[in-house]
Amino acid sequence: MIRRLPHVDRVGIEERATQLGKRSIKTTAKQQGIRLAVSMVDLTTLEGADTPGKVRHLCAKGVCPAPTMPEIPSVAAICVYPSLVATAKEALNGTGVKTASVATGFPAGQVSLEAKLRDTEDAVAAGADEIDMVISREAFLAGDDARVQQEIVAVKEHCGDAHLKVILETAELGSYDHVRHASMLAMEAGADFIKTSTGKASAGATPGVCLVMLEAIRDYADRTGRIVGFKAAGGVSTSKAALHRLVLVKETLGDEWLTADRIRIGASSVLNDLLMQYAKTQNGRYGRSEDFSKE
Amino acid sequence: MSIETRTSIVWDYSPAPESADHIRLKDRYGLFVDGEFRDPADGRYVPTINPATEEPLAEVAYGGPDDVIAAVESARTAHPKWAALPALERAKYLFRIARLIQERSRELAVVETLDGGKPLRESRDVDIPLAAAHFFHYAGWADKLRYGTGAREVEPLGVVGQIVPWNFPLLMAAWKLAPALACGNVAILKPAETTPLTALLLAEICQEAELPPGVVTILTGNGDTGAALVRSKKINKIAFTGSTAVGREIQSALAGTDTKLTLELGGKSANIVFEDAAVDQAVEGIVNGIFFNQGHVCCAGSRLLIQESVRDEVIEKLWQRMGRLRLGDPMDKNTDVGAINSAEQLERIETLVAAGEDEGATRRTISCDIPERGYWFAPTLFTDVSPAHRIAVEEIFGPVVSVLTFRTQAEAIEKANNSRYGLAAGIWTDKGSKAFEVAGALKAGVVWQNTYNHFDPTAAFGGYKESGFGREGGPAGLRPYLKIVR
Repeated sequence: MIRRLPHVDRVGIEERATQLGKRSIKTTAKQQGIRLAVSMVDLTTLEGADTPGKVRHLCAKGVCPAPTMPEIPSVAAICVYPSLVATAKEALNGTGVKTASVATGFPAGQVSLEAKLRDTEDAVAAGADEIDMVISREAFLAGDDARVQQEIVAVKEHCGDAHLKVILETAELGSYDHVRHASMLAMEAGADFIKTSTGKASAGATPGVCLVMLEAIRDYADRTGRIVGFKAAGGVSTSKAALHRLVLVKETLGDEWLTADRIRIGASSVLNDLLMQYAKTQNGRYGRSEDFSKE
Repeated sequence: MSIETRTSIVWDYSPAPESADHIRLKDRYGLFVDGEFRDPADGRYVPTINPATEEPLAEVAYGGPDDVIAAVESARTAHPKWAALPALERAKYLFRIARLIQERSRELAVVETLDGGKPLRESRDVDIPLAAAHFFHYAGWADKLRYGTGAREVEPLGVVGQIVPWNFPLLMAAWKLAPALACGNVAILKPAETTPLTALLLAEICQEAELPPGVVTILTGNGDTGAALVRSKKINKIAFTGSTAVGREIQSALAGTDTKLTLELGGKSANIVFEDAAVDQAVEGIVNGIFFNQGHVCCAGSRLLIQESVRDEVIEKLWQRMGRLRLGDPMDKNTDVGAINSAEQLERIETLVAAGEDEGATRRTISCDIPERGYWFAPTLFTDVSPAHRIAVEEIFGPVVSVLTFRTQAEAIEKANNSRYGLAAGIWTDKGSKAFEVAGALKAGVVWQNTYNHFDPTAAFGGYKESGFGREGGPAGLRPYLKIVR
């Protein structure tokens, strides 16, 4: 397979992404935007110290983020390691909140394909609705696009009914051209979502990276008619950052994309900032971090 | 996708108008002569209106022939002292003006938008910061004139008359005043008839900066005021930015005199998209090239040249992108396209667009809500344009782009240069060698690579052919305001 890299101009893409960060989101737009952002959150815990107890707390938080503000919707999903999927699934039963699991040797992906598939199977068997896989950066950076795609295809086959989010780990790809190319590879291999980062690398869902991936999604949808979702993960820790990502979606893909089945925000700390900013629109002051439970 | 939608939250931006409460405009502004505002000799005042609402903002003095004579007298008197100041002292005044522009930037941005119709986003992020940057830049040159020109001894010209257009009122005033003053000249500035207010606020800033009386004179009025200034025998130089037609009149009026002249006139600039360009960024650049400031930009990329192999893709993406432009209240921080500057300009745009349709080009205009009052023209795209069509040749000075195609690099250069104008050009390619080769072959004063409508005080700006002569910006911008003694 001959690799033909697309052209993305770094200066141009960053200028446009920055410019869209200057949209003024006030009053009703801010309230609605925050509610929308909450409904798209994949509330995540990915630590060695995660326990069933912690995951149950997080699930309760995700189902009802702010008991004092009933108009705040549930988050979209709870994202955990495969070993905790069963716990999460049970805690979320009947709530409409999905159970998502990382898999395929997350976050580095430096294990054999067999191990990746086994990892996926385990998570699906435990009840995961959504699988977040990592691409093999090792293969991508070595120029082996075919292997990157074959792995995605194989994981997709093992997902069954579960939705597949493909993590590109953009900070390790080295250029916007690579981000765009990897986005196309993942979509052509069958990804249901493409996702920026694991949250474990040096940078995550920067505005420029998000915009490149959203443009790739738009062009792929225009060409094939298939709709692929987008998940921004890593570094989206404030309401302002979350709303900026939604502006990028709105002005690149359009209003019909602003739903949780097409757009996700992977994060842990952003949820409480969204709640505090929402409270501020109601009572005029930015509260204390203790106003809302951490999990 | 089978993930069910649990929430359907509609999300649109709420109106986000910048407040004008902090603006304290006077009811009427006199002429700024001898360091103070004074009534015009014949007492005539005319209102200046907000083109987005057609509401009057303030009354502005109409400078007549007697006022021009008085202004020139005052400037002549002020010149020797100003020219004799140590260069560092002149620089201090310019630094002071630059800082005051920054301090009053919010007010200036709002007034620029109210008076001219441009989106606040642009006056706030482009016009006002760049105006301050020009004063800062030329303040730094004041004591380094010999190094900027390569001469051993230079002298100021004396009294310079400067006539600026309505598309970037304060910024063009800064482009003109900053180098003139840095070089030791005194200036008489004639702002455009439809947009005098920020120049008058700049007059207040000159007072605040304690600039000596007569160093800067602001003479408001219409074309006749400008004509009287041009024909004043006691002026050493005229610097004009505006239409080619008026530029021609000025040049013939000055023929055979020793009044120096620089002209920055119209354009029909080519924006060339090659097949190896980063397409999405090129589309962004096309939008910025022609819809920035409603296309009221002399260097606007109004002739879009697309390589045939990517024509359909680029046009489709451009059309999609145009659909997301937000036209409306210029004071709203989320507005991308504001009001057309005047009824007269709107009529000119409509006439040329009608000519384009008559000549057989295909017109597409985005559908959007047009406010009931004020002057508006929705962003428009013409395809199937031939190089001979009026819309491919004449400057429209509005949000209208004409698309032409080319097959090879040589043809792109040939078509781009096939114009009476030569102000600017854009090149979109990912290949550096091609960009340099094409840039070198283009007869245009400014060539942008993979960007468009970017301005910087360090870069020279000016035209080839009927786009004028003389350069503004950077060290090259000192030359037109100096006499080289040796």
